[in-house]
Amino acid sequence: MGLTGIEIFKLLPKTNCGDCGVPTCLAFAMNLASGKAELDACPHVSEEAKEKLAADSAPPVRPLTVGAGDYAVKVGGETVLFRHEKTFVNKPGLATLVTTDEDEASVNGKLERFKACQFERVDLNLRPEMFAVKDTSGDAAKFTALAKKISDATGAALILMSDSVDALKAAATELKDQKPMIYAATADNADALGELAKETGCPLAVKGDGTLDGVIALTQKLTGMGLKDLIIDTGTRDLKKAFEEQIHIRRAAIKDRFRPLGFPTIVFANEMADDLLNEGVVAATFIAKYAAFIVMSDVKPEVTFPLLLERLNIYTDPQRPMTAEQGIYPINNPDENSPVLVTCNFSLTYFIVGGEIESSRQPAWLLVQDTEGLSVMTAWAAGKFNGETVGTFVSKCGIMDKVKHKSIVIPGYAAAISGELEEELPGWTVVVGPREASHIPKFLKEFKPE
Amino acid sequence: MAFEPAKQKYTGSIREVVLGTGDKAVKIGGRSAYPFYTFEGEMPNPPKVAMEIWDKDPNGEWSEVALEPFKDVVSDPVAWAKKCVEEYGAEILVIQTKSADPNAENKPAVEVAEVVKKVVDAVDVPVVVWGVANHEKDTEVMRAVAEKCAGKNVAIAPVEEGDYKQIGAACLGYKHTVVASSPIDVNLAKQLNILLNNLGVPENKIVIDPTTGGLGYGLEYTYSVMERITQAALTQGDDKLQQPIICNVANEVWKCKEANQTTEEAPELGDQKTRGVMMEAVTAIDLLLAGADVVVMRHPEAIQLVKGFIEKMM
Ligand code: SF4
Repeated sequence: MGLTGIEIFKLLPKTNCGDCGVPTCLAFAMNLASGKAELDACPHVSEEAKEKLAADSAPPVRPLTVGAGDYAVKVGGETVLFRHEKTFVNKPGLATLVTTDEDEASVNGKLERFKACQFERVDLNLRPEMFAVKDTSGDAAKFTALAKKISDATGAALILMSDSVDALKAAATELKDQKPMIYAATADNADALGELAKETGCPLAVKGDGTLDGVIALTQKLTGMGLKDLIIDTGTRDLKKAFEEQIHIRRAAIKDRFRPLGFPTIVFANEMADDLLNEGVVAATFIAKYAAFIVMSDVKPEVTFPLLLERLNIYTDPQRPMTAEQGIYPINNPDENSPVLVTCNFSLTYFIVGGEIESSRQPAWLLVQDTEGLSVMTAWAAGKFNGETVGTFVSKCGIMDKVKHKSIVIPGYAAAISGELEEELPGWTVVVGPREASHIPKFLKEFKPE
Repeated sequence: MAFEPAKQKYTGSIREVVLGTGDKAVKIGGRSAYPFYTFEGEMPNPPKVAMEIWDKDPNGEWSEVALEPFKDVVSDPVAWAKKCVEEYGAEILVIQTKSADPNAENKPAVEVAEVVKKVVDAVDVPVVVWGVANHEKDTEVMRAVAEKCAGKNVAIAPVEEGDYKQIGAACLGYKHTVVASSPIDVNLAKQLNILLNNLGVPENKIVIDPTTGGLGYGLEYTYSVMERITQAALTQGDDKLQQPIICNVANEVWKCKEANQTTEEAPELGDQKTRGVMMEAVTAIDLLLAGADVVVMRHPEAIQLVKGFIEKMM
């Protein structure tokens, strides 16, 4: 177990100089204890204290970043085994493989699909962010050129894969400002690649021999050389065994603070399945259970999109109700005669109701009222979605300037507020809509506001 | 020194529940470790994929890509059921009694139950009868189903707090299995199990339905509630939650917008069939990883992917 904030505080200089970025040593100690800060940020801590703390204060799973700029992928920093215990924090990076023996058309196709593979969802942009570039011939110039081409064309975070130390050296040196991951140190080349990672400042993957002991030997050797940003590939390509290893690694890191396994992991779905759909099955498994990087053989929206949704769901913070912004949402280009519907701002409700209106192809105005993220029924029970609150919101939000009619549709589950609401909105007709969002399209096809 | 992975200590296990009767009866549950954690506990019964059929023609409600494999049988529930079992090897069948929905066709309960009975008689695999989550109508329909299908040990869903007395009693009387359904909440799931026990429904006749959220539409809530149920059951000795879990996957996944937009409508989302298949498969895989013992699915290609997954993980 880690030291408490107070225990850490006792080892700090207690000068409150603020050089670490927070105003007091105590605040810094608290951040260290919760894994939000790193000891290196304090320039004044004594060597002795450093040693005591280093072993203990670092986050259980090393946080690190691959790539630079927009597509940088931050991984690690996880503190729990189950998302409900707190939250998973850093989403796994999704990578597409390209190889030096792939023809240009195929590479270009992947680049185009990668660029197009972006999906807006509320305020989020869902997209894969990485390429794994693999050298198959040991030709350093060719490998470097391909990696550079992909980096220049997309800005994607890169994984540089080669068996040749020289090829990796050439490519990593050329692209070191883009912070690619170097793949991979094995028992044979760990010294050379360790040096390369140090020189370039790039994160380094280790590839084990299919045993955790093999992985541990490698990470111990490399941390002994002063490296910190390591990524684990156990070398296993069997689904069941890889699953077991992911559990052991995460558990050892979090429960036992076992440093040699306290690193993010990478999974090669492309080497674990025969077709893209089955690669998707592998990827789905390890999005849920602990991979930090997942490589697939191609990028296609019909496979990538479901995985992006899964990643979004699994990494949503369960402690924070997701909310949509209060306001007027025009759907399908509504005009002054289009119906007006009101609902709560629980984001799931907003997605579902908005999605149903959209797919009905009927133009409508959706009013989203701030209910502090509560669903319609809960908000109603809590008095946050009643005649008064809805009435005030409808009057003030500006919808009355946008439509000529005087009808408002309320959710079926809030039928009870309809009388109150009519009192709040004199002259308006309150219509009780369907209870289930899936019945909205049918409702809208028949409904005409008056 | 070789690395010794830490093992989770388990203090409980999931009860075994048998669905159906005879040679093709299916045993679910029995697990004494987290899902697929067979390196530290037992998982005697692999999770199952159940195939769903509707008791009415889903033309107009299902997208073309979901209809395609069943085009020849959707207007005949019995033929449809047989196709699932004979052609696709379904080990469990779910019949969704959509025709009973008071907001739509509102077919009389007796007629609904008559069709269910025909389907149950036509196949030898276990059948789950899934209602429309309207307490009054489900009560009427399920009472009739329970009586007509006496001796078949069908599973009846969803049995909710608002209708457990009526439907639970019918299940008890005719020895059927209860699918206890609660709205994504550990405590409510537990409470309903207790109520059913108090009513006299034995523990080996209860399966939990935690209520399923589809991919992108609340999956994470179901996922975490299931992980919490599993933790409570296996590591905190909560014997009121040690029931197998069933998730009504297809019904949720295939109703969302992105599963229904055609390739032409949403070219940026790629091929519609593959997209729908992957959305269904990914949802099922997450729920299996969270502790589902049965996932209810629709598209044969998604089913194949998920069966392959289960096989490799066992
Ligand atoms: S930099 Fe060090 S000494 Fe200064 S406030 Fe931060 S923790 Fe204290």
